[in-house]
Amino acid sequence: MRELSLNVMDIVQNSVRAGASLITVQVAESKKHDTLTITITDNGCGMSAEQVKSVIDPFFTTRTTRKVGLGVPLFKMEAEMTGGSFQIDSEKGKGTKVTAVFRPSHVDMIPLGDIASVIHLLITCNPELDFLFTHSVEEKEITLDTRTLREQLEGVPFTEPEVSAWIREYLAEAEEELKQLS
Amino acid sequence: MKSLAELQAIRDRAKMAVNVRENSEAKTRVLVGMATCGIAAGARPVLTAISDEVNKRELHDVLVTQTGCIGICQFEPIVEVIDENGTKTTYVKMTPEKALRVVNDHIVNGNVVTEYTIGANQK
Repeated sequence: MRELSLNVMDIVQNSVRAGASLITVQVAESKKHDTLTITITDNGCGMSAEQVKSVIDPFFTTRTTRKVGLGVPLFKMEAEMTGGSFQIDSEKGKGTKVTAVFRPSHVDMIPLGDIASVIHLLITCNPELDFLFTHSVEEKEITLDTRTLREQLEGVPFTEPEVSAWIREYLAEAEEELKQLS
Repeated sequence: MKSLAELQAIRDRAKMAVNVRENSEAKTRVLVGMATCGIAAGARPVLTAISDEVNKRELHDVLVTQTGCIGICQFEPIVEVIDENGTKTTYVKMTPEKALRVVNDHIVNGNVVTEYTIGANQK
């Protein structure tokens, strides 16, 4: 992928398909430790220990339309080729947590890219699901919790054009602010 | 900075508008293939373009959403438009520019953009 944020979009689809109602996307950058950690947590159906082992195999997928599943193996490879690490923790019935650690100084590091637009699309394309997004650089953090927005909106959907535009601008502004602070 | 107060104002406006619009149910559905293949082929800018145009034109009865891999990865990015009467049109090898034309010609004016469809690109 050209941007790590595209991998986030891809991996979140697994959570959506797992029937999650809350998906947490955390991006934590630390210049001091030379790490960029992406964590995606969901409360979906989870996987058995055996399934967890097989998802890193590109020839494993739960889909029936084709025989390959490249999302997770690709993300893992991208993390590992920067000297980082990759881990999946999952419990059947509880949910799944995917953690990828990157080393930004490595020559093979893929840029994070436009994470704001990815989160915006995830929210507006899955309006019935809740997302908690946090992006931190050292101790500075920005956050968007759709549960708070949902409370404010009293039934007006995220897909409403003006609401969608608000979310998009909010995220873009927050990202810009984070960039300037760090 | 965007504030929650602003969001509340939007909510109040939207609530009033919904009362005016009797049937706010989606008539047209637009599905963008967003599996690994679609994303890698450039589906995100396509989806953003469609979503922005639909918002700009305030097309309240159009539902834009993602779908998974439908098994023809060589044609990604794929956009499927499902009309009110259930007719499905599959557009292939999309770009943000092509997507805008699909919104304007097909969704708004009801004319299928034949040259972008899978039928015209299969040879």
